[in-house]
Amino acid sequence: MTSVRKDNYGKINRDKAVSFTWDNKEYSGYEGDSLASALLANDIKIVGRSFKYHRPRGVMSSGVEESGALVTIGSGSKRDPNVRATTQELYEGLDAKGQNAFPSVNFDFGGINNYLGRFFAAGFYYKTFMGLPPFEWGKGTGIWMVFEKIIRKAAGMGKASREPDPDSYEHSNDFCDVLVVGSGPAGVAAAKETANQNLNVILIEQDSLLGGNNLADRKFDPSLLQKQLESYGVRVMSRTTAFGVYDNTVVGALERVTDHISNPNTSLPRQRFRTIRAKHIILASGALERHIAFNNNDIPGVMTANAARHYLNRYGVLTGKNIVITTNNDSVYQTAIELHEAGSKVTILDSRKDISMDLPKEIELHLETLPFSINGSKKIQSLDVCKAKDKTNKYTIICDQVLVSGGWSPIVNLVSHRGIEPVWNEENLCFVPGDIKENITVVGSARGIWNNDDCVESGIVGANEAMNTLGIDRKEISFPSVGGWSNSIDALYEVKSNKFPSKSFIDFQHDVTAEDVRLAHREGFVSVEHLKRYTTLGMANDQGKMGNIIGLSLMAEQLDKTIPEVGTTVFRPPYTPVPIGALTGRNVDKHFRPLRVTPMHQWNIDHGAKMIDVGLYQRPWYYPENNETLSDSYIREATIVRKTVGICDVTSLGKIAIQGPDATELVNRIYTNPFAKLPIGKARYGIMLRDDGIVMDDGTSWRLGENEYFMTTSTAAAAKVMSWLEELLQTRWTDLKVNVTSVSEQWAGAAIAGPKSRDVLNECVFDPNEITNENLPFMGVLQTKLKDGTPCRVVRISFSGELAYEMYIESDYAHGMMDILWENAQKYDGCLYGLEALGALRVEKGHVTAAELDGRVTIDDAGLGKMASTKKSYIGSAMRKRGVLSADDREMLVGFFPINEKETFNAGTIVCEKNQIEGQGVGRITSVTHSPELGHWIGIGFVKGGLEKWKDITLVGADPVRDKQMEIKVVSPHMIDPEGKRMYA
Amino acid sequence: MIRIKCPYCGERDHSEFTYGSDASIKYPALDAPESEWTQAIFFRENIRGMQKETWHHTNGCRLWLEVERSTITHEIKSVKACHPQIEKITKSKL
Amino acid sequence: MTRFNAWNVFKNGFTGQKNWDRQWRDPEPKKEYDIIVVGGGLHGLATAYYLAKNHNKKNIAVLEKGWIGGGNAGRNTTIVRSNYMMPGNHEFYEHSLKLWENLSHDLNYNVMFSQRAHVSLFHSPSARDDAARRYNIMRLHGTDGELWNLDTLKNNIPHLNYDNARFPILGAAVQKRAGNARHDSAVWGYARAADSLGVDILQNCKVTGVQRSQSNIESLETSRGTIKAKKVGFAVAGHTSVLWQMAGLGNLPIESHKLQAFVTESVKPLLDHVVVYGVGGAHFYISQSDKGSMVFGGDLDWYKSYAQRGNLPIVQDSAEAAMAIMPCLGRIRLLRHWAGVMDMSMDGSFFICKTPLSNLYLNAGWNYGGFKASPASGWYFADLIANEQPHKHVQNHNLERFEKGINIDERGAGPDPKLHG
Repeated sequence: MTSVRKDNYGKINRDKAVSFTWDNKEYSGYEGDSLASALLANDIKIVGRSFKYHRPRGVMSSGVEESGALVTIGSGSKRDPNVRATTQELYEGLDAKGQNAFPSVNFDFGGINNYLGRFFAAGFYYKTFMGLPPFEWGKGTGIWMVFEKIIRKAAGMGKASREPDPDSYEHSNDFCDVLVVGSGPAGVAAAKETANQNLNVILIEQDSLLGGNNLADRKFDPSLLQKQLESYGVRVMSRTTAFGVYDNTVVGALERVTDHISNPNTSLPRQRFRTIRAKHIILASGALERHIAFNNNDIPGVMTANAARHYLNRYGVLTGKNIVITTNNDSVYQTAIELHEAGSKVTILDSRKDISMDLPKEIELHLETLPFSINGSKKIQSLDVCKAKDKTNKYTIICDQVLVSGGWSPIVNLVSHRGIEPVWNEENLCFVPGDIKENITVVGSARGIWNNDDCVESGIVGANEAMNTLGIDRKEISFPSVGGWSNSIDALYEVKSNKFPSKSFIDFQHDVTAEDVRLAHREGFVSVEHLKRYTTLGMANDQGKMGNIIGLSLMAEQLDKTIPEVGTTVFRPPYTPVPIGALTGRNVDKHFRPLRVTPMHQWNIDHGAKMIDVGLYQRPWYYPENNETLSDSYIREATIVRKTVGICDVTSLGKIAIQGPDATELVNRIYTNPFAKLPIGKARYGIMLRDDGIVMDDGTSWRLGENEYFMTTSTAAAAKVMSWLEELLQTRWTDLKVNVTSVSEQWAGAAIAGPKSRDVLNECVFDPNEITNENLPFMGVLQTKLKDGTPCRVVRISFSGELAYEMYIESDYAHGMMDILWENAQKYDGCLYGLEALGALRVEKGHVTAAELDGRVTIDDAGLGKMASTKKSYIGSAMRKRGVLSADDREMLVGFFPINEKETFNAGTIVCEKNQIEGQGVGRITSVTHSPELGHWIGIGFVKGGLEKWKDITLVGADPVRDKQMEIKVVSPHMIDPEGKRMYA
Repeated sequence: MIRIKCPYCGERDHSEFTYGSDASIKYPALDAPESEWTQAIFFRENIRGMQKETWHHTNGCRLWLEVERSTITHEIKSVKACHPQIEKITKSKL
Repeated sequence: MTRFNAWNVFKNGFTGQKNWDRQWRDPEPKKEYDIIVVGGGLHGLATAYYLAKNHNKKNIAVLEKGWIGGGNAGRNTTIVRSNYMMPGNHEFYEHSLKLWENLSHDLNYNVMFSQRAHVSLFHSPSARDDAARRYNIMRLHGTDGELWNLDTLKNNIPHLNYDNARFPILGAAVQKRAGNARHDSAVWGYARAADSLGVDILQNCKVTGVQRSQSNIESLETSRGTIKAKKVGFAVAGHTSVLWQMAGLGNLPIESHKLQAFVTESVKPLLDHVVVYGVGGAHFYISQSDKGSMVFGGDLDWYKSYAQRGNLPIVQDSAEAAMAIMPCLGRIRLLRHWAGVMDMSMDGSFFICKTPLSNLYLNAGWNYGGFKASPASGWYFADLIANEQPHKHVQNHNLERFEKGINIDERGAGPDPKLHG
């Protein structure tokens, strides 16, 4: 046993033992442990395997920067791969396993890769696997894809569940004056100072406990801090990570609500994604300790020095018996003393000379001494050390742990992607945040301030800066200066050895070595972004928190430049990985998008409707009787409409009320056909074009009064047309006195179509003789009331080509309207019909919909050129005939019949000449149906040159993706009652 | 998240709004020649820097707004209603 | 130059990897070049490569303001496909796909093109028919494409949301030859191959001014001095308007918008295809990189921007879209997200064309689709620069197509760049 639990140390709850499993074996820890501290307390050294070489990995830190102890937690649908053991709180029954290893992290066959490391240098895969080895013979991608299969299996880290994530997540929206990120000394000071001024302050802390690096202090009590902050009025959010700063000081944050609880209350979400809109952000995000690259610096037992202090004072775990601390700065000395006091033998290697530190005499201090190479493979046996000036002067120290401190890097990640260039501080060898123009202030060690007192002061100064921007007059801003060590840090990033392959690791998860950086340089990948992409340095789960600076320093050395000259890559959000489930929140499965239903939705379902999604709406598709198929049902429905009468819900059409003295002018400008002289009480079918002269939408507008119109649009374009009218009126035609209001939700509509529709209507309205051909001629509008007195609007309009009407009623009365219509339709052997029958009826008439109007079709192409006025100007009139839009050989709307009447065809079929079944063909079929009236399948679509050109010529419908090909002929799109006698009847 | 100060509704997330287009585009008269329309519809200055642009408060008051915003930093300098009369009213309310 | 092959990888294993050369030189700019391609992204580098290889041109430079591949070449979601249907577009993208198929061999650089199939889901009968139109046109051009019914789809990808989706999945349109590739290696592969044919790749060489006469470009002012050129090609998508205005040429049918991309932590193989869908106003595409990360993207951020960083609403939208189709992704963690600046054109199609200046050529307007296009883009752009005449497949991809009424808009979305997202 080398790492052990110590009595009288730590902030864990010794009264509450917690049992957990690691690789299927049961262990015990305490409440307050992290998984990593519990594993260490049980002296479990190997907890992971690296990505490429499958080298054993132990716990290397105590926080979010961990790139060794990545484990899988849970099983089945709750399996979580790649969890950092260092930040996972222990709970009763926690089930953790090693990953990226077979059969286990202790003994992993993948470890063979370690011996092939000499071949697996950075980017080696770009140089091979293309063809047959060894000379890459062959063509195409076949051989690569065989290799790829093997590579994919070997790559990846943990294994993810394929089952739906069963947990729930939540979104939350927060607002505050000041958001403080981090609860270390600087953050706490800033929060208190701003809250004292009655500002609305939120403090967020990623850890479960407050205190930041104070948690590594033996005497520090985090529970007092929470109470204290709350007494100031600060809203404290722990277990919450600010993962990204976005525009206008909006912060994305992730709260882990139940990840630390063994059997959480099922009403709680697993996690909560918070969008926090702050007026000012104070970043007190701290700093991370760096490693030093030297041979075998990844053997389990290597850890950052500060992590060991955390494990001792926060978790009561002494991580080694015989500890060597290797450093280039002052920060390790307190740790050394405490580890010594806790009972370990401690040796310090300091690369510097002439430093003065008070140390107990039992602690050996080797000045100007560097770590050279660790001996051991699964655990540390000893450390070879050498002298800074003479690397050949080597000796060996027996030890079971090596703690490393290569300096500290302020956490500037959150502002990095905001275009704020970090500035290199030569004295402290770290990047500090550059000039920030937004309302963001960085305080504490995040700005490179090391001492506790200075951090507190910087927090207060930061608070002042925040209050200045919030308009509260405060004092001058003067931050304590960067740094604070009594002896200056030494520029030590790597201790070179001449061994090959190099085992001096920079990125512990991705196995990027110092030699890889030099190879990248040799091959010309000298820009930091190229370095990153070529070697994958900084692309692992820690996103370069651990290794970036070392990588930069090595590249700087190769280029004979300074680190700031080499530059740094941009840290992108999220700061720590965020589950996709949390970002999604409640909008899963059926809640992915809102469901829009018409006011008679339930009525339709109660009357047997099968529904279909149309945009966000669900509409009746067909009304099967006696288990009819879709096809039987729609054919029956369409037949009945043509024979007697049918009722159909058309509520999803867009409806817009247009009111004002210039209402007529507006509709006249947006439709292609003339509206200026439309009489009151009449409706007109109209086409709208886009600015570029292509058809945008069609619909009807009814003139209800001198200054009032009721416009309908297609279902799909309802929102678009509404915004379009608003845009025109508010930005282009601001002189027009007219107002538009969406009334889509206010009116329910039903079509009543068929020869008996008038009879049915008369049975429904108050005055049974009201609706006659004279009273309500084709395109006439009537505002009347139902039998029970409910006001309604009736328009005589036809999509089916039959005598037909649409009735609109206030939405709340929709069921009543459907009841009375249906009751009376049944008297005439009528039916309810859905979208499929509606489609069949309109295809027979050659009426176009979105299937035809695909955004490339002109009004002439659609055969509606007559509706384009030449006497007035309207939106699109200037552009609709530009260039080839008025060419003769354009694709024009036509109808299609199969030559063999038994043949069927599909929309999406390409129309070709018989001897040229290839390329774009000469046209396409856009809508098809079985025509009950004609007794065979029919279609509409487009052919180049239109009906004239192809009349009586047999063409071929090619539908290779559905293995269909058939002979077809081109006919007029108006296949039934072309003169329109029925609808005028 | 860009926060837009709608003169009618107050400061809101940009996700409530729909971006329109470059507000400096002058749409020609409906009967203007094709060439003028071609320029207005298809060609853009595509400013890299502060630009005036339109936003529609789609999930709010439905006003079309003229927003002065940097296309590099997204910083917003000013917001006003596009319609001159609405602008007067909302301004007097502030 | 040392050839890349298994033998040399093996040999270098014993020589400490010491015998690899620079993959491309770092030359000083010459005073004059026959052809300067501005933009060291995939399009610019591919153009230089094909100018040298197909047209035997010498004395070519590629000017890159930062590091090669630093723009959208290194920011995209690496999908390669040719499911385009408009005349010219189809031929162009299919040619590109064919070039991809042999690109590793051609460049002697593993670009890791994985023809793992591009599976485009449909959720309604009308969407199926729309897909059928597109894939029928592909088939009639001899390109592969097929429709999968629900059973076939379930057999191939069992863990999509078949049971609880808001918009039920009905099937998919599939192009099996399509897939994904490694974006950076394509950049480096083109750079190395172009360099070996004598092309000067000038990094950190920002164009700061354009010296021109009435009808000609004479030289370019750069951060590395003035460089004369006989011919100049612009291939700087995202910032085309900036350079165009620097040359005093006014407005273009382009707006710059940003598109975000996302990667997750890496996991063992979870998805073996490229999966794409668009329904309910969402647009989403996902695949898994060879390293194990789920790589995905969605819509534009919906407002004009030159910022290479995204905003939260689209992060949420994309996450929602991901879970809507693969509910197991809820527990997978997002590792990194960023944005690229797109040249959004007014019809969603690109430009490879001549310009008002006789020796300036334009390659721009790639919208969402630049990555897969890059080999063909370089191929046809090189052809245009060398022959001073557009190839018939790109004859309509010019700046005049709008006034001419030529419509090569794959979506039919209309003259609003953001609608082509």
